[in-house]
Amino acid sequence: MEIATAPASKAFGPPVSPRSVAQAMARPSRFGDKAFEWLTFAMALTVAVLVVLIGWELWHGSVLAIKKFGFHFLVTSTWDPVADQFGALPFIYGTLVSSLIALLIAVPLGIATAAYLTELAPLWIRQPLVSLIEMLAAIPSVILGLWGIFVMIPWLRDYPFAWLKRLFGWTPLFGGPIYGPCMLAGGIIIAVMILPIITSVSREILRSVPDLQREAAYGLGATRWEATRIAVLSYAKKGLFGAVILGLGRALGETMAVTMVIGNTPQIVASLFQPGYTLASVLANEFTEATTDIYLQALFEIGLVLFGITILVNLLAQLLLRTIATTSATRAVQ
Amino acid sequence: METPERTVMERMEQGTAPPPDAEIPAAHTFEVKNLSIWYGEKRAIDNVTMDVASNAVTAIIGPSGCGKSTFLRALNRMHELTPKTRMDGTVLLHGDDLYSKTIDPAIVRRRVGMIFQKSNPFPTMTIGENVVIGLRLNGVRNQRFLNERLEKSLRMAALWDEVKDDLHKPGTSLSGGQQQRLCIARALAVEPEVVLMDEPCSALDPIATAKIEELIHELKAKYTIVTVTHNMQQAGRISDYTAFMYLGRLIEFGPTTKIFTNPTEKQTEDYITGRFG
Repeated sequence: MEIATAPASKAFGPPVSPRSVAQAMARPSRFGDKAFEWLTFAMALTVAVLVVLIGWELWHGSVLAIKKFGFHFLVTSTWDPVADQFGALPFIYGTLVSSLIALLIAVPLGIATAAYLTELAPLWIRQPLVSLIEMLAAIPSVILGLWGIFVMIPWLRDYPFAWLKRLFGWTPLFGGPIYGPCMLAGGIIIAVMILPIITSVSREILRSVPDLQREAAYGLGATRWEATRIAVLSYAKKGLFGAVILGLGRALGETMAVTMVIGNTPQIVASLFQPGYTLASVLANEFTEATTDIYLQALFEIGLVLFGITILVNLLAQLLLRTIATTSATRAVQ
Repeated sequence: METPERTVMERMEQGTAPPPDAEIPAAHTFEVKNLSIWYGEKRAIDNVTMDVASNAVTAIIGPSGCGKSTFLRALNRMHELTPKTRMDGTVLLHGDDLYSKTIDPAIVRRRVGMIFQKSNPFPTMTIGENVVIGLRLNGVRNQRFLNERLEKSLRMAALWDEVKDDLHKPGTSLSGGQQQRLCIARALAVEPEVVLMDEPCSALDPIATAKIEELIHELKAKYTIVTVTHNMQQAGRISDYTAFMYLGRLIEFGPTTKIFTNPTEKQTEDYITGRFG
């Protein structure tokens, strides 16, 4: 009370005329604001320009191949550098299928882990678990690949793959002989690699759900699982979808570890026990061998296709996100 | 000028507030005995003993940090959502020990509904879904029953006429006051025995506040209501009994008419006349 009623001069020094206050306050901010605006604009522009430049460079590097093969490049399966025959379809197929397998494994696992960490886990367990997950992200992918070859694949071959074959061997997906390196192993190693990003992004998103939402559910007598479902996961749906897309972006471009376990055979077969090949893997494997211009250009075009797929996936995701946002809240009661 | 004293005296003359010498009726909804609550080392509630009358509005007033919200939350075990809480004493709801080892807090919260400071409808659900979600959680699947209860709850929350054609719209499409009444309808849909309100009007404009207060008056006939409020005028307008808390202790508890016109304790008088807090 006393401070508020005391004369201003006593609390804040000698009185100043209103004009000088206005001048003192107006001058520095105008230039600073403009400079800040331009600076941040320039930074933002750099990112956009980089994306465009990379796309243009890829297109420029593959213009010969594009002219020679045209649309056939995307829909033919022959990859024969000796005969100058280049078709990207098996690589596109391998990239999409291995990423899909990775998502099928990593998304439920990542979101469930995030929900456990934010909603259920006792406090003392949370931080150690988060650190462990972050450590998983820090493992160099070549090391993960080595682990994949020497530990994961032999184990997968002896146990899970054998069971899958016994149970679902009659379906085309799990038919045929089990070699070891295969599409399924590739998908699983990608799942391991994208699990940390999906988990940590989901965790941040779940943490940002207002406590009021949780209280609303608990106040109605919800159990922990019910509150997590109706108040937390459903509130965070949009953000979680974003986390999945981030993971998918990583999965599509993942190179080293996948190259080491997927078998590197350009073919399109139903069985997940058969080797496959991804766009990123063929780039990494064959760049040093590309001796002819057209071979190099074809590899550049592979890069362009990968670039295009990631951008397409992101655009589709944004479109989907918009439809989710508008329809989920307007579902009819009945 | 409207003062809590004047308001509550007028209400007494109209017969809508108990006189100063009224006893707390023998029909208790809650019996709180020697309740203490700690957040870690900090003691938020200090040995509070208090009976809450049935079918009446009990207001809890006191300065910020006096423990009134914690006390309210202890009545449906919501305070347990905060980590590292500890409690001592007993809380009986119609004779049942709410803190008995065999009682699931989820069951307690189904019997004791709660309204929060800010309205919190589920944004991914429609108006209709918001109201019946509590029943759905209880396993009710009969669509006819859900629809009946939907209308009944919205009518009780004085919201039916405003939303009956928009039940499929998102709950968050309503105005702030309507959202708060939607939350009240959601709480009423599971037919609780008590409704707790934690400063239910603090985020609302005066018109929306008046509507909620009117609603509280009407709900009193069917429900026991305990409300926390910062606003002394509001306590004078809506409550039958008032509890004044300070530093985690219950300083004085009695008919609102007495608390506002002739309090026994000096601290109560200082607070309601605005000398501190």
